Amino acid sequence: MDAYKRRRYVILGFIIVTGVIFIARFFQLQVLSPDYKQSATDNVLRKIIQYPSRGLIYDRNGKLLVYDKASYDLLVTPRETQDFDTTLLCRLLEIEKPQLTEKLEAARKYSMYKPSTIVKQITQEQYAYLQEQMHKFQGFYTQTRTLREYPLNSAAHVLGYVGEVSTGMISRDDYYQAGDYAGISGIEKSYEKELRGQKGVQYFLVDVHSQIKGSYRDGRNDMAPQTGKNLVCTLDSDLQNYVETIMQNKKGAVVAIEPATGEVLAMASMPDYDPGLLVGRKRGHNFSLLQSDTLQPIFNRALMAQYPPGSTFKMAQALIGLQEGVITPETTFRCNYGYHMGNYHMACHHNQDFQLVGAIAQSCNAYFAQVFKKILEKPEFGNVKTGFEVWYEYITSFGFGQILGTDFHNEQKGFIPTSAYYETHVFKGVPWRVLWIMSLSIGQGELGITPLQMANYASILANRGFYYIPHMVQKIGDQETIDPKFNEKQYAVINEEYFDVVLDGMQKVFEPQGTAYWTSIDGITMCGKTGTAQNPHGEDHSVFIAFAPRENPQIALSVYVENGGGGSQYAAPIASLIIEKYLTDTVSRRRRWIEERMFDANLLNPDKPN
Amino acid sequence: MPHRKSTFANLDWAIISIYLLLLFLGWINIYAAVYNEQINTIFDFSQRYGKQLVWIGAAILIAFITLILEPRFFVFFAYPIYGVFIFLLIAVLFLGVEIQGARSWFNFAGVNIQPSEFAKFATALALAKTISSYNFKMYHYRSILMILMLIGTPALLIFLENDTGSALVYMAFILVLFREGLSAIVLFIVFLVAGLFISALLVNTLVLFIALLIVTLVALYFMTPRTKDFGIVLAVLTGSMVVAWSMKYFFLPGMEDSGVFILGIAISSLLFVFRLIQKRLNRYYLLIFIFLTSLLFSFSVDYVFNNVLEPHQQARINELLGIESDPFGAGYNVNQSKIAIGSGGFLGKGFLKGTQTKFDFVPAQSTDFIFCTVGEEWGFLGTTVVTILFMLLFSRIILLAERQRSVFSRVYGYSVASVLFIHFCINIGMTIGLMPVIGIPLPFFSYGGSSLWSFTILLFIFLRLDASRLELFY
Repeated sequence: MDAYKRRRYVILGFIIVTGVIFIARFFQLQVLSPDYKQSATDNVLRKIIQYPSRGLIYDRNGKLLVYDKASYDLLVTPRETQDFDTTLLCRLLEIEKPQLTEKLEAARKYSMYKPSTIVKQITQEQYAYLQEQMHKFQGFYTQTRTLREYPLNSAAHVLGYVGEVSTGMISRDDYYQAGDYAGISGIEKSYEKELRGQKGVQYFLVDVHSQIKGSYRDGRNDMAPQTGKNLVCTLDSDLQNYVETIMQNKKGAVVAIEPATGEVLAMASMPDYDPGLLVGRKRGHNFSLLQSDTLQPIFNRALMAQYPPGSTFKMAQALIGLQEGVITPETTFRCNYGYHMGNYHMACHHNQDFQLVGAIAQSCNAYFAQVFKKILEKPEFGNVKTGFEVWYEYITSFGFGQILGTDFHNEQKGFIPTSAYYETHVFKGVPWRVLWIMSLSIGQGELGITPLQMANYASILANRGFYYIPHMVQKIGDQETIDPKFNEKQYAVINEEYFDVVLDGMQKVFEPQGTAYWTSIDGITMCGKTGTAQNPHGEDHSVFIAFAPRENPQIALSVYVENGGGGSQYAAPIASLIIEKYLTDTVSRRRRWIEERMFDANLLNPDKPN
Repeated sequence: MPHRKSTFANLDWAIISIYLLLLFLGWINIYAAVYNEQINTIFDFSQRYGKQLVWIGAAILIAFITLILEPRFFVFFAYPIYGVFIFLLIAVLFLGVEIQGARSWFNFAGVNIQPSEFAKFATALALAKTISSYNFKMYHYRSILMILMLIGTPALLIFLENDTGSALVYMAFILVLFREGLSAIVLFIVFLVAGLFISALLVNTLVLFIALLIVTLVALYFMTPRTKDFGIVLAVLTGSMVVAWSMKYFFLPGMEDSGVFILGIAISSLLFVFRLIQKRLNRYYLLIFIFLTSLLFSFSVDYVFNNVLEPHQQARINELLGIESDPFGAGYNVNQSKIAIGSGGFLGKGFLKGTQTKFDFVPAQSTDFIFCTVGEEWGFLGTTVVTILFMLLFSRIILLAERQRSVFSRVYGYSVASVLFIHFCINIGMTIGLMPVIGIPLPFFSYGGSSLWSFTILLFIFLRLDASRLELFY
């Protein structure tokens, strides 16, 4: 025991040394270093998040489609407030007193130390007046935000809108806090990450009077915000505007693509809405108004509506038939005002023989019914079911019945029936025969295709056998290129050589006896096809697909006009006008009457009862 | 009872005075920390200062009761008391309430009691009993093992409660063991390990390796009788490094520099050991062993830091060592604490005039960070006075411990001083940024019934033992 007596000094020494070290440290903190004293007097650290400008969106020609306008939120830190003139504040903010009291109560309940938002999106004018008087309102401060502005009032569906983030979004990405804004639809949503930039943060020292005294640690902890990247989208805003104007007062959709690149030149879903409605404080209110509108302006028909394609589907049948060798351009079928086999009747308007070109130009149902039958009953397939499955493979290679992979997030698949579908849902176990599904040959029946897929189909025809995945954005920021998948050719499995004769047929559509003769344009070789989508609830839908010029095509499009009657009644002339406008910048005088008629057409009457 | 008068006459009133003074100062500062202009009476029991008054009252009562008991009582019941608290520590794991992430509290009729606080004096008693037993020798393996289990069991149980901070205070007992004969080497190793840990976090691994090598070489220089031998050692080392580096260059281009270094060391170590075996030079083995183990340890620190410690623990260490500064996240407490203390200046801002404490910038103000109020309102003067008071307390306790005739009392006395000291050290160190943020209370100062009563019992048992030091009760 006592051998270790001297250790008491070690232990005691250790304790004393610790005490001395502490006292030295106190001296350093309290007497020597002025930093802490300074920090304390200034010690309300305020963290201000700097919201960067959101990226701008331009059209393909450099016209500004969307930009930012500054707006301001008013926040309060309850503990820092003192008595203030509530009437004055209400007047400056243009709100009612009960509203203000309610917000202040909520803020206090949430936290005395943390800031809460009192009013969002104060306009610049209000902000200017408010700033002058801010010193009267201790504990209140503003935070800058940005709102979107749409100078051209068009392309609402394409551009999309920006709104407050949902709790789901916040949990998926912790970049967001409650009260932040993010793209909810369209380009704003698909390219949200690029457009939103990066939030910055600044730390300020604020004294007991809530006045900012300077940066905390000279901004060492600050992070500069990064503005969002600007986007150049593929739209041609002049064309878009024209499309929206000519489709006014009608329901339907138009999608126009540049076949050589897959870039979407225009996309309209009608009726549309003023994108400026979904900005700012009134967004919530306007949104519910738009949602309850029976014409469904918010619903993007171009991407989401699934229509039967009607006669436009016939070219696909022709191509498959040619590829499989069950028909040649010379193969002849008879149309006896239709096709009749036993008890089965398919109606048509002609009483003559047709070969392929003529059948397309005059849209003969009987011809294509028989082409379809020949494909499915081709001896090499063994049975009709196998034949149908082969047919199905061909059809889906045209981009039907699947998601194309565009940079829109709400693309619909569409629907192409499979043999399993027929067995289970339609014929319920009874083995079906070709005649029972003949309506597929003329684009009627259990088919659902979106206007986007139709335009893409027109692109495939224009390119004679391939397409580029349609996309909305050409350029991101300064240097970045878009997803490489948009630069890859996607092939429909039809050999190039078979396209020419089909295109002949499509060209003859605009010649005498062709179904859209009256819409031809002098000096431009258009290829197109009318379609009439049957509508059991009312007037049929008018459908048209086209591309022009035939050689080196610049534009391929699809036009749907709900309740427009026959394809040549509304969809064809509208398509031709759009093409003429795009290629020549004007409409020729002899066709002005068509333009006028289309502008004036109003098809928004409710569906006729069945 | 014949001893009563002499007992009270023999009590060390110096310690009791310091105790009461600390209680009083602590209470004043809790009042200041929690002060609200709208509430006027000091007896408001819904406020902490009101409650602390109750706890203080109870503490004095407890002190009194402790002094009445016979010293033999503590000796006799040392192990049973220890056993009871071990049992309670186990029980709290299953029956306890979780507060602030640690399942360390019992809730009795609305009052929260923490068994881990009371386990400290129980352990001190058991330790004293063990060391003072007849056959005990500090250098026997069995004795050391017994001590380790004695101290380690409650520490482990508290650790399982997820109250790592309270478990760490059991390290204080090393000082007691040191006084009672624990080899100084153990202490040396503890410091070495701590030093290496910190260095490994602060400094690049390769640099640390090289530093260790240099230290070893210096030690070697003083150990070798002939300079020529030392020269040979250097040559072999250099040669091995060259070989290692060329191996990397030709065969393994992906190897990092620290890997090359290790390879070189490995080669040379093999050669050295071979030579040592040949020449039967045994005294160098230890040096090589220490060197290699240090290398290994430094190397593994990174792994342990990243994979064993929890994120909040990593963040606190980073903050302490200045590796990463996060003044608004992990470093917020300490930052605010330093600001509060620093802003006190020389004389402080005055009673109840501390802006930081007034505006509640410092979290846990009345408990773990109570010292901030001292710093802010009483300034350098205040902090120094409180520190000196504690120094006096520790010195006095050690002085008293040394004058004990019985080993039991001495060991117990040192335990009291060590436990109180480690709390003081970590708590105050944390508020001034010299220790990582570990939530333990400042004895007699921090708000809280459990800690106040357990420290009171801890101290007053010793006072009772000291009062009877001239009697042969054990």
